[in-house]
Amino acid sequence: MAKGVWIVAEQRGGALRKVSFEIASAARKLADELGEEVSAVLVGSGVEGLAPELAKYGVDKVYVADDAIFADYTTDAYSAAVAKIVKENDPSILLLGASVQGKDLSAALVGKLATGMASDCTDLKIDGGKMVAVRPMYAGKTFAEVVVDSFPQMASLRPNVFAMVENAKAGEVVKFDAGIPADALKTKVLETQEDASGKIELTEANIIISGGRGMKGPDEYKILEDLADLLGAAVGASRAAVDAGWKPQTDQVGQTGKVVSPNLYVACGISGAIQHLAGMSSSKYIVAINKDEEAPIFAKADYGIVDDLFKVVPELTAEVKKIL
Amino acid sequence: MNIVACVKQVPDTEALIKVKADGSGIEEGGIKWVMNPYDEYGVEEALKLKEANGGEVTIVSLGPARAMETIRTALAMGAEKGVHITIDEADAYNTAAALAAAIKEINPDIIFCGQRAIDDDSAQVGSILAELLEIPQVTIVTGLEVADGKVKAIKPIEGAQLVIESPMPCVITAQKGLNEPRYASLPGIMKAKKKPVDVKDAAALGVSIEPKAKVIKMTPPPERAPGKIIGGDDPAVKAAELAKLLREEAKVI
Repeated sequence: MAKGVWIVAEQRGGALRKVSFEIASAARKLADELGEEVSAVLVGSGVEGLAPELAKYGVDKVYVADDAIFADYTTDAYSAAVAKIVKENDPSILLLGASVQGKDLSAALVGKLATGMASDCTDLKIDGGKMVAVRPMYAGKTFAEVVVDSFPQMASLRPNVFAMVENAKAGEVVKFDAGIPADALKTKVLETQEDASGKIELTEANIIISGGRGMKGPDEYKILEDLADLLGAAVGASRAAVDAGWKPQTDQVGQTGKVVSPNLYVACGISGAIQHLAGMSSSKYIVAINKDEEAPIFAKADYGIVDDLFKVVPELTAEVKKIL
Repeated sequence: MNIVACVKQVPDTEALIKVKADGSGIEEGGIKWVMNPYDEYGVEEALKLKEANGGEVTIVSLGPARAMETIRTALAMGAEKGVHITIDEADAYNTAAALAAAIKEINPDIIFCGQRAIDDDSAQVGSILAELLEIPQVTIVTGLEVADGKVKAIKPIEGAQLVIESPMPCVITAQKGLNEPRYASLPGIMKAKKKPVDVKDAAALGVSIEPKAKVIKMTPPPERAPGKIIGGDDPAVKAAELAKLLREEAKVI
């Protein structure tokens, strides 16, 4: 009988990533409703010492696979390790973060575990003992409630949406041997090319200042960068700006770009096409600055200013400087 | 080289999506159907590999009768033949299982999928397919080199790019930036009509149609509370008001 709410914690370079605490907290909430325990799977090299951080967010047990072969994330190594320990323990629910690694690993696990998964969820509930996952579909034009009819019921959780809730539990470490024969691992990370230092990753930013067609050109983003630097924010772009060659694809927020859920999203010179909204509608607060009062973005914004962004943004920077 | 590219027919990104009154799904009437944009990058990469190395590209698609149109589009771009697995709808696992059954018979050197479909946004099929075929995978690929039976794939992660090596056969899921998909030419479209497409029934392939992940209800997106437009004519005054609201009301700065 499948029992237990499990997560796969995410670490990089020996440090747990924030989404691990979000999924641990979400797991704790489900487990408390079901009267079950929360276990985490932690795969990496030299990571056993991270278990207490997971315990802080409600994890009862941490299954650790610690080996040099796990120093870099690879789909085949990590999915083999997690699948092994999951099959041995038959949990009822298995959660991962919908980060880059989480999306990759969770989908491979769906294959290895022959189960079903709700991807990129924004809410999880228990109904009649089963997990009901809420997730956007059609670029967020609709939402769906999904139920998985096999075990483990899998879900990947959109980063920055689920609250981190401290709830100290034992976090008992149980080491396990992934038992992967050396020739079973096929993929290899040859190189890691880090982005420009100091550049804040959009999907992890608490605040994003974003510019669209209204920016008129790449150099004009300087005024957004000035505001962003002050706030420790990331700078994003709409598809129009990327297609115009002003910003790289990796800066694009939207349906064919990145999905972000910061606390604050400031859209400057962005009309708010449905494809852009798909990428930022999970933001807690949305600000729109656009001289077109008809721009659809204003319907989604918590605060809007209908005016020339080239006048408003520098003034906003000056005002924020006074406040901070 | 024997190359497979998987495609899915999806509603155009501009399509107005209306949930049925009973929440059981979306209204399909009036929707413009297109090839999933991420699959276009997969088809293009398949064609480029064929042009560089010789061989053929087979398009494989799971979907209802109307999906044939999308297979023809891929053939018009330059693929040689297609396989259409007919089913009205399937969850990710069953889709991958059906694709795997058809692709096993083709025994390709490399398989391209889009990194996700823009209707369900699930991003699972390509990965499950690799697992079922027991071959390696690299997902969300923005650059690819193929040489000596191996691939070198560029994969963006948060704050970095990875260069990953994999032997072939493998599954590659295509991300925007991998290439610029070509448009089908008029001669291409004409030739595509005569290219062979093998139609198979999903159940006949021995694939379960019982979904493991089920959408039990569809709802409109959550409402946001109405916002406020900061009034006034002076940008400086409005900016000051906004800063104050963000600090004191929203408490985000």
